[in-house]
Amino acid sequence: MSEQTADLPIKPARASVWSAIFRARETSVFIALIALVVVMSFASPYFLTSENIFNVLRNMSTISIIAIGMTMVIITGGIDLSVGSVLAMSAMMTARLMVEFGLDPRLALVVGLLFGALAGLVNGLIITKVQVNPFITTMGMMSIGRGLTYLLASGLRGTVASNIPMRDPGLNFLGGGYIGPVPFPVIEMAVLVIVASLFLANTVLGRQIYAVGSNEQAARLSGVDVDRVRLFCYTLTGLLAAFAGVMTAGLLSNAATNAGLGTELDVIAAAVIGGASLAGGQGTVYGAVIGAAIMAVLRNAFVLLGLPAYMQTISIGVVIILAVALDRLRRRGQTV
Amino acid sequence: MSDNSDVLLQVIGVSKRFGGVQALRDVRLEVRAGEVHALMGENGAGKTTLINILGGIVPRDSGRVIFRGREVVFNTPAESQHAGIAIIHQELATIPALSVMENIHMGRMEARGGWINWRAMEDAARKVTDLVGLDVSPRAIVGDLTISQRQLVEIAKALAADARLVIMDEPNSSLTERETERLFEVIARLKRQGVAIIYVSHRIEEVLRIADRITTFRDGRYVGTIDRVEASVGRIINMMVGRDLANLTRRPSAGSDAPLLEVRNLSRRGKPNLQNISFTLRRGEILGFAGLVGAGRSETARAIFGADPIDAGEILLEGRPVRFRSPREAIAHGVGMVPEERKRLGLFTNMPVRYNIGLASLPARSPAGIVQHASERSLAEEFVRKLSIKLSSIDAPVKSLSGGNQQKTVLARWLATHPRVLILDEPTHGVDVGAKADIYHLMRDLAAEGIGIILISSELPEILNMSDRIVVMWQGRITGILDGQTATEEQVMAYATGMAGQGG
Repeated sequence: MSEQTADLPIKPARASVWSAIFRARETSVFIALIALVVVMSFASPYFLTSENIFNVLRNMSTISIIAIGMTMVIITGGIDLSVGSVLAMSAMMTARLMVEFGLDPRLALVVGLLFGALAGLVNGLIITKVQVNPFITTMGMMSIGRGLTYLLASGLRGTVASNIPMRDPGLNFLGGGYIGPVPFPVIEMAVLVIVASLFLANTVLGRQIYAVGSNEQAARLSGVDVDRVRLFCYTLTGLLAAFAGVMTAGLLSNAATNAGLGTELDVIAAAVIGGASLAGGQGTVYGAVIGAAIMAVLRNAFVLLGLPAYMQTISIGVVIILAVALDRLRRRGQTV
Repeated sequence: MSDNSDVLLQVIGVSKRFGGVQALRDVRLEVRAGEVHALMGENGAGKTTLINILGGIVPRDSGRVIFRGREVVFNTPAESQHAGIAIIHQELATIPALSVMENIHMGRMEARGGWINWRAMEDAARKVTDLVGLDVSPRAIVGDLTISQRQLVEIAKALAADARLVIMDEPNSSLTERETERLFEVIARLKRQGVAIIYVSHRIEEVLRIADRITTFRDGRYVGTIDRVEASVGRIINMMVGRDLANLTRRPSAGSDAPLLEVRNLSRRGKPNLQNISFTLRRGEILGFAGLVGAGRSETARAIFGADPIDAGEILLEGRPVRFRSPREAIAHGVGMVPEERKRLGLFTNMPVRYNIGLASLPARSPAGIVQHASERSLAEEFVRKLSIKLSSIDAPVKSLSGGNQQKTVLARWLATHPRVLILDEPTHGVDVGAKADIYHLMRDLAAEGIGIILISSELPEILNMSDRIVVMWQGRITGILDGQTATEEQVMAYATGMAGQGG
């Protein structure tokens, strides 16, 4: 036996890295993005201006930032529907603390972020300790979060407010600032995405996130603290949603009760277009960012070309299904 | 071969390629009506691929398949079934939430105008369950049945479909000896009715018993077909692996007197209830755990390993009391467990081999939680060499490996944690002869290094040949602890069926 296998060479890593890149879902989605950009640059003279590109990048920044957490949640085999509500709720908390109690904006920001993280932690605890299905748990939290947003906006007095102003140079900069020609949210997005990608690929916890999604029982028997991994993913997602909420409110100088409505679907779509599998075990942060970029470019394209908004909604739906369908077709020939 | 009139199936020059792997290369197979035709070969030899082609699960690249005199191409499992081929897969394909009769008639429900005729369905189901000796109500829910009963449901399903060719892929890998006997009776009955059976198995003794002819594949190629009368264990092994295997002899008793792991009065409510389990594992000892399926061996292992909670009892590791609340704690104390059912409990099938090997020891090898990729690679390469794991690359997903190599990958994961105690639950289940021998040698090497090994196995020869001492369990209790040197199969079976020892 040893004779037989001794001459079986282990292929050099490089070859397999290239073939892995070639086969990766992220690569084909990236090519699709490039194609879209090329088409658009011919279709509209405004598309490839730096102003427009930065605009697109800024528009996708909040989705991308939440998608970092969402991708990890999806890799573990879960889902988080509450991100849109947590986004609104956390921003509202920050705004309210500043307006009502005159809290220092930095402190208000921290409390708002912790509030979002707490919502994520509660999601995680219900999912891991009580073992309620993630879809149900976070759907409940979606409703609770939206309700809390209204409560925070209006107080118990019954006067219904829809906006609370958020005017602080620091917080406004977070969502609407520029460094040179570059919108600050784009820089925040880039930093978070790079850090998260490195984290997923190079840390024990990152590796365990994939393991939990790939085979939860095997992960547990291999010494992975499955509950801790899950709690981490949901808490991080809550925290990132809260951060995206403050960014959004900062940009608009307003925390709105209807902020982030439907955001969860955009975020999930970004992750799925980028190669995350709802069955768990698969996905990357940069894939999700490419997914978010495709949707942002599409939205931008419809505005530039002056096409009606409903066309944009339809096309994004088509892209979501197409991305997953093409991947299915491509895999059909491979080993089962 | 001269008489072609009763040839039921002919496979001629079939090839199949998956990506970079040539799974089948120009293979042939001829099966006659009323014959039990064994298909043998190491894991990765291409048996499963051929079965999947016959079952319409994967398309062939080239070659011809002639079934009942017509050239056929099956594009879906349904087409294969309609033609009269039934496959009983290694991994059971029953639907746990449905009743026995619904499973049996799945896809062919007795119905009038779309409404199911339950009475007719029950009667028809009873006919076939009687035939296979399955004595449960057709209305019983399959999820409540034992694994072996589910297997019989699958066979009954094949009979109900009036299959002319039944393909059994390691049908008795999870059956007890008695259940296996019953399976052989069923096979004999099918044979008398002119049904042909392709029987895939690794167990040479039983193939010699029931097969009329034996075809062997090796590395995706056809090696040869022989009649039973010309077959012998040696010849079959030679055809399968292309070399002779040194016979495994009983190992001279080893193991020091130093107790490594002591389990005292361990009890746990469950299925079955574990009652007062007490035994001692010594340093360098291989302690066999024998018993029927469901005797509580795996449950005992899981309880020790911290995978399931313990209700009462004491565990001492090197004299110090321990109680692991999770596998993570057990690993930290130098206890490892290779679980049964590697696909369900052991493998991350879509993840690269090196992730699979590295995972359990990752926290210990990763300062500040940062994965050291270079050391992870060299660790994986070291074990690939040590255990002769055959693969194209350590970056290939585990699912691209054959069963034996997958099992070695799980073993490597545990060896990488440098365990003091290693629990192996059915480590050679569904593993080919070559890999089996490798695993046996590895176990002896590990024991020689002073590691204590708990070997849970349903294969008696394996238990008898490998163990220094044998713990026999029956219905959640230990009925006897026998000396590995002197124990006989009959003795072990007597304890395992509660006919001897504390159970009797």
